[in-house]
Amino acid sequence: MTNGSDVRRYPGFGLFSLLFFVYLYLPISVVVFYSFNANRIVSNWGGFSLHWYTAALSNSALVSAVKVSLIVAVIATTISTIVALMAALVIVRGRDVRFRGLSETVVNLPLLLPEIVVAVATLILFSQIGLANGIVKLIIAHTTFCIPFAFLPIRARLQGMDADLEEAARDLYASAWIAFRRVTLPLILPGVLSGAMLAFVISMDDFITSNLLNSGGATTLPVYVFSLIKQGVSPQLNAISTLIMLASIALATVAFLLQRQR
Amino acid sequence: MNDEACLRAPRKAVEIKGVSKVFGTYQALKPVSFDIYDNEFFTLLGPSGCGKTTLLRMIAGFEQPTTGKIFLHGSNIQGLPPHKRRVNTVFQSYALFPHMSVEQNIGFGLENLGWSKDRRDARVADMLRLVHMEAFAGRKPQQLSGGQRQRVALARALAPEPEVLLLDEPLSALDLKLRQAMRDELRILQRKTGITFVFVTHDQEEALDLSDRICVLGDGEIQQLGTPAAIYEEPSNRFVADFIGETNFLDAEVIAVDGEQATVTTQLGMTLTASHKKAVAGQKAFMSIRPEKISLPAQDNPIAVDGTIMGTNYLGGYTYYLVETGGIRLRISKRNSVSRGQMFEIGQSVKVGFAAESVRILGA
Amino acid sequence: MTRHIKSPGWNVLGLLPTHLIMFLTLIIPVGIIVLVSFSTRGPYGGFEYVFTTAPYKQILFNEGWAGELEFNPQYLIVVARTLLLSAGTTLICLVLSFPVAHFISLQKPSLKVALIYLVTLPFWVSMIVRVYSWIIILGNEGVIEKTLRALGLIDDMDSLLFGDTAMLIGLVYSYIPLMILPIFASIEKLDPALIEASHDLYGSRLITLHRVILPLCQPGMLAGAILVFVPCLGAVLEPTLLGGGKSMMMGNLIQLQFGAARNWPLGAAISIVLMTAVLIFLVARGLRAVRRETTELAL
Repeated sequence: MTNGSDVRRYPGFGLFSLLFFVYLYLPISVVVFYSFNANRIVSNWGGFSLHWYTAALSNSALVSAVKVSLIVAVIATTISTIVALMAALVIVRGRDVRFRGLSETVVNLPLLLPEIVVAVATLILFSQIGLANGIVKLIIAHTTFCIPFAFLPIRARLQGMDADLEEAARDLYASAWIAFRRVTLPLILPGVLSGAMLAFVISMDDFITSNLLNSGGATTLPVYVFSLIKQGVSPQLNAISTLIMLASIALATVAFLLQRQR
Repeated sequence: MNDEACLRAPRKAVEIKGVSKVFGTYQALKPVSFDIYDNEFFTLLGPSGCGKTTLLRMIAGFEQPTTGKIFLHGSNIQGLPPHKRRVNTVFQSYALFPHMSVEQNIGFGLENLGWSKDRRDARVADMLRLVHMEAFAGRKPQQLSGGQRQRVALARALAPEPEVLLLDEPLSALDLKLRQAMRDELRILQRKTGITFVFVTHDQEEALDLSDRICVLGDGEIQQLGTPAAIYEEPSNRFVADFIGETNFLDAEVIAVDGEQATVTTQLGMTLTASHKKAVAGQKAFMSIRPEKISLPAQDNPIAVDGTIMGTNYLGGYTYYLVETGGIRLRISKRNSVSRGQMFEIGQSVKVGFAAESVRILGA
Repeated sequence: MTRHIKSPGWNVLGLLPTHLIMFLTLIIPVGIIVLVSFSTRGPYGGFEYVFTTAPYKQILFNEGWAGELEFNPQYLIVVARTLLLSAGTTLICLVLSFPVAHFISLQKPSLKVALIYLVTLPFWVSMIVRVYSWIIILGNEGVIEKTLRALGLIDDMDSLLFGDTAMLIGLVYSYIPLMILPIFASIEKLDPALIEASHDLYGSRLITLHRVILPLCQPGMLAGAILVFVPCLGAVLEPTLLGGGKSMMMGNLIQLQFGAARNWPLGAAISIVLMTAVLIFLVARGLRAVRRETTELAL
């Protein structure tokens, strides 16, 4: 007889969810698994080896791609987080802001347009104004699409924060700047940090724009990985992928914990 | 147990037999047994966490008893899922489906029971009339006031003509004035439909006002079951005396027990004989006397003491006085039926009195 | 009132940087792309600003030797494939996500947080690595083929890679977290008493699901559908890596025009088509929301 005690539960959903999580994690686990394969042919297991990791770390093309990605991501993250914070303060907290809704749409514009379209548009712009420096092109393009990712967590945090706190600070003789630095900023810091981290990961992970703007000396990590994939599946590629995954999981975990912080 | 309360033929609508509930390691309800009769307005009354809602949810089928059985008109409904029990619930939050109109909400249960469209429409129209909501048939719940939602929830639960209607604190979300009006409406509905109502509340006034019988629950067990008058006048323990209405508790020493009567010496210094529950000769007990049963000033009461007015609380229809006598403070309520000039002032010396019949002795 | 925390001057200053960046690097380039889509292809790639509608005609027709137009469905097929694959992905994500989101919502708070973290985590893991992992699984001598052979079910099989199926698998895998999260949020908002009320009114689990839970989760499903459908329309990695050269979607077709094919005006025209498709869906969602609100307000 069926036990009607919890009418909210549906039989089978648990098993289904279990299978779903297997599906979600099996593919990336396969990559990790094969990265330890001593055999040069990926799908033939030839024993455990860390050989491909040492090979990857001494691969100069990889190292330079990581460098390019880091330079671009760090600069794009810094700029986008600062301008997103300024915009969020006005959009959430500002008084008598005209076109508040429109302003928010403008800030989120990169999320509304397909990335490939924005990427080709940027490519045309840069070719028209004759900008040649690959890294500068990447920094400009990445800053643009990182802004909404930095903006959204900051906005959420600001909306969750009691506006009375700022007024209490002002009431206690704090100037606008002191109120911001001593009250608002510390309280929204987790949002700012998780926004920055999101922006960083999005920049590091970007392929579409970076690939299209790819020119001499400005090959980012995903674009480099893409070129390796084009050459075919290889154990070193698996090792590189595993390293990338480790780094992004670490970042994601920190960002997740930051967002949960109350 | 208080069989004089059952004026109608005592057909049992619900039988609760040794039902208990344990959540994890927490015993929400110790094993309880009682019957609810047909056409009765039965109330489960108690403070929050006393197990009353758990009991209601077990009758509805949302929780399964850890032990015991529940019978609905003689048949065991143990293990039957909620949608196969001919009982309906009025939820505390009303739980009206926000995506359905008033009509669709009321018709939902009938649809699931397989009623034809014509029969359904007729029934829905009847129900709308019953709760005076004809004009709102097409509205969504969000477009109704609290009182209107309450009426729709009632109509929805009554429409399938359940064998028992369960009401889970249905008035708690309404404001005071509306609550009073809905009480009257609930009573009228119960009489009109003749359906057994099982009503859960923590509001003792509501329970006294509405119920044919009240089951007072506390600490997961039945404290007392009886008519409102019996529960108020003859509470069976300190918990009930304290929870229902207001009372003054005084320490007492039991001298002798003779059947229904016990003789005690009280804190006030006198010895008196009054009705009791569980008093044992030679042991300590409590004496309970309701504020309205103390005369101020003492008339020709057999028991009278001198005291001083220590405080007054003017509440319009009544005034509460705090009178100190021999180091004990008594709360006394007095109807303001005479002019204000006749009222007492702080510091005034008074004589207060009461009758031994008004006193209840409760074993410690 | 001393509530003035920031004056209008500060408002402008605060918004200026983001708006300037968006204007210079997004709005102007999108304007230029409209211009390019009406321009003539340059002799060595690039474009020359001579007004023409040829790039749009080129989406539908081949121009013959004598300038006659001959209908050529090859690009139209790409557009149709993009729409179908995006719709298919959305549908599959919807079906897979609901039971999972529902299951998660019933767990105790700490487990709920952990499961939601597990759902979001793959989304943070490099997109290219996630798509690549399917090459190992679906490819020749890949995990699936080896497993099937080990089980003795097959001797040899055609590679599952490179085709619509592989792309569909990759797209679902890439975007499913975006579907689960909004559905989860809408299930969480559901008052448990509503589900009990349905059961109380003689509704079985199936009736409750159909009549109460699904209708009330519609906003979440709609939000998820948009979040999955829109990026699918512009997908580049999945078609490039899993579709092979023959099965293209609009995303990699555009990329091709700006790369090897060197036909910027055609690429720009296809970009405009893609952008229009995306905006239509976004506007449709906006309109729906507006219509829902107004019907709710109307008595």
